[in-house]
Amino acid sequence: MTDTQLAVDIRGITKRFPGVVANRDINLAVAQGEIHAIVGENGAGKSTLMKILYGMQRPDEGTIAVDGVAQDFRSPTDAIEVGIGMVHQHFMLADNLTVLENIVLGNEPRRGPLLDVAESRRRINELAETYGFPVHTDDLVERLGVGERQRVEILKVLFRGARILILDEPTAVLVPQEVDELFKNLRELKREGVTIIFISHKLDEVLSIADTITVIRAGTTVDTVDPSEVTARQLAELMVGSELPTPETRESTVTDEVELDVQGVTIRTDEGRALIDDVTFRIRRGEVVGIAGVEGNGQHELISALLGTHPIDAGTIRLGDTDIAHWSTRDRREAGIGYIPQDRQREGLLLSSPLWENTMLGHQGRPPFARGRWLNLKGAHRRTEQTIAEFDVRTPNADVAAYSLSGGNQQKLIVGREMTAGPSMLIAAHPTRGIDVGAQAAVWEQLRQARAAGLAVLLVSADLEELIGLSDTLLVIYRGRIVAQLDPAIVTAQELGSYMTGAHAGSEASA
Amino acid sequence: MDLLRRIALALAAPVLAVVFALAVSSVFLLLADASPLEAYSSMWSYGTRSDSLISMVNRAVPLYISGLAVAIGFKMGLFNIGVEGQYRIAAVGAAAVGASVTLPPLLHVPLILVTAVVVGMAWVAIPAVLKVTRGVHEVISTIMMNAISVGLTAWLLANYLDRRSSETSLILSTGLIPESGRFPSLNPVLEWLGLELRTGSNLQGFVVIAALLGVAFYVVVWRTRFGYELRASGVNASAALVAGVNPKAMVLKTLFISGGLAGLVGMSQLLGFSYRYTTDFPVMYGFNGIAVALLGRNHPFGIALGALLFGFMDRSAQILDLEGIPKEIVVIMQGVIVISVVVAYELVRRYRQDQEQRAVTRELAATEGGAGAAAAA
Amino acid sequence: MTSPVESPPPPVTAVRAGFADQLAVLTRFQRALLLAMGGVFLLSVTRFVADTPELTSSGTSGAALRLGIPIGLAALGGLYAERSGVVNIGLEGMMILGTWFGAYGAWQFGPWWGIVLGLAGGAAGGLIHALATVTFGVDHIISGVAINILGAGVARYLSVINYDATTGGGATQSPQITTKIPLVDVPFLAGGDLFGWSTPDLFGWFEDSGWFLLADVGGILKGFTSNLSLFTLIAVALFPFTAWFLWRTRLGLRLRSVGENPTAAESLGIPVYRMKYLGVTISGAMAGLAGAFLAIVAANIYREGQTGGRGFIGLAAMIFGNWMPFGAAAGAGLFGFADALQLRSDAAIQALLLFVALLTGVFAVRAAIQRRVVPAALLAVTSAGFLTWFIVSDEVPRQFVQFTPHVVTLLVLGFASQRLRPPAADGQPYRKGESR
Repeated sequence: MTDTQLAVDIRGITKRFPGVVANRDINLAVAQGEIHAIVGENGAGKSTLMKILYGMQRPDEGTIAVDGVAQDFRSPTDAIEVGIGMVHQHFMLADNLTVLENIVLGNEPRRGPLLDVAESRRRINELAETYGFPVHTDDLVERLGVGERQRVEILKVLFRGARILILDEPTAVLVPQEVDELFKNLRELKREGVTIIFISHKLDEVLSIADTITVIRAGTTVDTVDPSEVTARQLAELMVGSELPTPETRESTVTDEVELDVQGVTIRTDEGRALIDDVTFRIRRGEVVGIAGVEGNGQHELISALLGTHPIDAGTIRLGDTDIAHWSTRDRREAGIGYIPQDRQREGLLLSSPLWENTMLGHQGRPPFARGRWLNLKGAHRRTEQTIAEFDVRTPNADVAAYSLSGGNQQKLIVGREMTAGPSMLIAAHPTRGIDVGAQAAVWEQLRQARAAGLAVLLVSADLEELIGLSDTLLVIYRGRIVAQLDPAIVTAQELGSYMTGAHAGSEASA
Repeated sequence: MDLLRRIALALAAPVLAVVFALAVSSVFLLLADASPLEAYSSMWSYGTRSDSLISMVNRAVPLYISGLAVAIGFKMGLFNIGVEGQYRIAAVGAAAVGASVTLPPLLHVPLILVTAVVVGMAWVAIPAVLKVTRGVHEVISTIMMNAISVGLTAWLLANYLDRRSSETSLILSTGLIPESGRFPSLNPVLEWLGLELRTGSNLQGFVVIAALLGVAFYVVVWRTRFGYELRASGVNASAALVAGVNPKAMVLKTLFISGGLAGLVGMSQLLGFSYRYTTDFPVMYGFNGIAVALLGRNHPFGIALGALLFGFMDRSAQILDLEGIPKEIVVIMQGVIVISVVVAYELVRRYRQDQEQRAVTRELAATEGGAGAAAAA
Repeated sequence: MTSPVESPPPPVTAVRAGFADQLAVLTRFQRALLLAMGGVFLLSVTRFVADTPELTSSGTSGAALRLGIPIGLAALGGLYAERSGVVNIGLEGMMILGTWFGAYGAWQFGPWWGIVLGLAGGAAGGLIHALATVTFGVDHIISGVAINILGAGVARYLSVINYDATTGGGATQSPQITTKIPLVDVPFLAGGDLFGWSTPDLFGWFEDSGWFLLADVGGILKGFTSNLSLFTLIAVALFPFTAWFLWRTRLGLRLRSVGENPTAAESLGIPVYRMKYLGVTISGAMAGLAGAFLAIVAANIYREGQTGGRGFIGLAAMIFGNWMPFGAAAGAGLFGFADALQLRSDAAIQALLLFVALLTGVFAVRAAIQRRVVPAALLAVTSAGFLTWFIVSDEVPRQFVQFTPHVVTLLVLGFASQRLRPPAADGQPYRKGESR
């Protein structure tokens, strides 16, 4: 029997956070028993929307209707009751418990005080058979591979009676064969009448599995399309926006001297999966090399390899003339590698320490912060005040603790400290994340000036405007490999988007 | 935030803890049919006598050094519970070495001290290496080493180091350290300052060493690059890593320093009082050092205050015996202080963080006359 | 899982490989049994060669049981806490409270009341630890250390106000406990009475025979079946109870989940804080029981310092047992055995050197077969060292024997750290609503 009622009907959802509008007037119509994909870049607003649908956040405006009934979720429990289940990108499984235990936890079939293992097993196997993915209920989860763990997560929500599944970037951690397995399972689920909402940025996969695709960009719905009527290129264009900022015409400051030479760098997991694979590129003095790519495609590992916090399995890294692949992080920092981390709180700041102690971080061995073994407090204060002034860090003085600053000012401080330390090479990961537009422009200007003075910069960013505007060379990273080297002055939105999302691999020949 | 406010906040937690401890102890005192007010007031009047104050300082010295040893570990998130075992075996070694030679004082005393430091370091070496190579948590390994040191010390005393003065004494002991190896008393200085001393009161000179160690602690931790990296590792290990700190090397260095300091804990007793190591050498300095370090929030000045407080409590409790009140009430007080001071510090920290954030926002808003930069996550 | 290796007449190394494959198929229980049997065999050999019947006598194994119970109960205490994600270093202090309240209760009201009060005293300590760590987010280790200090202080203080005026009691000990819990011998196996009729003593007969292996098995088993206090039986029963509780009941599953992945548990609606409180309070209760056993059954008195670090050894036994109840029991048994020997026979302690030499020798051979060169070499050297020590010396110094459990702990931690499997979220402070 065909249901004309929508499984999920979202209208006009708006959600604001301090300083940013995550969702703006979003509409989403998911039909019963279909696989509906939601695509968009990082920061486009997909996760927020899903959190709202799952009851983890409440919208500021708009309505949600499930199976035709209006809903107001106050917590995930409400959503679960209505039959919505969410499989998170980061699995919530206890490694040391069995599959069965993980699935039934919190909803255990009981026999008095006992856990009714037999009944649990029966119900799980029933579900597993109905939906076609076998599981060994008595295996410890830690023995399971990633694909199997995902199946356990899916069974977890099915066990609680979910008929509408939300999958958040399910293929982010899977290898191709596991992806095929997953899609088989999803089709089986669909056959049994389950509705699936599938969030992803991998266009090739989305095109192969989805019945309907909704594209979200900058917090709002851009379009809803039928996969059979659209190409990957077109999708990418929708995702990324057909308007790309035009880079300012400027003189090239790129010199011939190679500052950083990376050849064939590879990092593998213990199981042999390559996190970065045969990465090769060069950065010359006065050049900004931008790395575009959706988060999670190896950027973080590449940075760790360059900083020395993660050993590499193959390849060489040369800074100037020397192979630094075996150097300690300390030696690399002292040799002049600067670092603007992407997670400022986790890697960039000592939150409970005063600002002047934060400007020393990463540079504590050299003047003006230290003289030999001894710290130079005056020097540190002076440099901090200089940084605060030059980079417009809003703070009463240099002695307040870092946690008192707003996120944007923290970021400005970090950028300032790295730049004033006079690096020979700068790794900048999302350097203007969380900063207001004015500050962003100031940082860009600083980067340009430094580049003109001969700095070599590796820029990793999700902000296409930033990448296009600052880079001299644009590389695209996808699944750990450099898949394209593009000229930012002439690259089109479709091209960039399609490389970033892997759509380029299976699409028609380029024009 | 102005200075007065800062001092008040810094003292808030320990004061709260002490008040809470007094309250709890009052309950216990009432259980014993004793009057809390009487007990506390007699403790106070006894404890503030001049000879008591000297005794307080003497008692505080080993606690202080022990607190320093523990605190340097705490600053890096390491728990050296093994100070107890380290100081004892270091004392045995130092006593044996000290009693076996006679050198001019300028050589003799440093020799003893160096022996103590080296033995202390050696004793922490096994837990340190186990932690860095096999990831063994230092709490259990140092506790095990404590027990082993008890046995080893006893064995050494029984078999190799026994130099009892008389065969009939039940207490085993190392040989007597000659005059050249002893640490002078500070009484002459006090007398020179015009203070009158009661008979029997003797301000041990080792307090000078303790103070110097405190200064050295401060300088190293807050004024050197090593100290900066140590604190950074304790506060944010990921940030320290990308800033170039080698975590394993840091752990080793910190534990070794801690062990070395621990070795000195027994030295004031050894060189200023008993001149030999005996089977009834004072115990519990290790654990009480932890208490004092917590009380002083791992800062040499705070630890000094904490050590003095504990010393005061230990001394003033002696009077309670004469009043028929169990002096063990002090141990309860100390235990309660330890727990409550940590809770209190946490509460004060949350309060202060909140206040500081508000103050900064206010100040910035005032200077800009409008909303400041967006506070994005 | 794996199918047996099938191949044409295999060369020698392949046969051994097949055996190893078959070993892998055995369940954990069967493997443990095999290990135990191997251990007893080696003990037999040692006893025979060194001529020290005390090594495997019923007297020794009975003492081992008696001394191992407090350690084992403490280990169980550690287990409950850590399985719910809280490290409990304060077991020693809680055990002290157990000894004091246990002795007091037994002295005033009778032994069973002593057990109840001892349990309550330890549980109170556990509750304080839970309050500090769970509600106030105090670091687990610091809170544990504080409770150790507190426990000792409270015990001393209460002794002074209660026992000073009594005969036989004082600041550091209670009066003698005159009431006892009855002892039993198991019928048929150890000659216990059955409805007033005395029964044959099977294990005793084995033991008296003096034959290789039979006498040893008999001696060991007789020690486990004679002169058993009812409290011992209860204590022993707590181990299978814990296994059943944690792995078969709903509540136990929830408790374990909180120690493995509290975020996941919370996302499924489990009250994380409540589970932790439960785990830690039970932990204290177990430590309290351990203390009560020490005071009421083992010593018939409260004495200061009675616990002698057994709280920490219990933790070591828990780690040795890989956070599992039966493993902890094995660890406690091991430590209890060492304790019993050092009390009863110096000659037997010296024989232990031979035992260790044989044991490390066996492991050296195994490592060599597995082609792990460095461990094989280390173990071989250790084995030779102990053998030499055995031959050369007359006796092991008493003081060394006393810290045998501690050395063993260090060795276990050092070698086995990779294979140990603590609960995943053990020791991590948890704030509600935190997601990764």
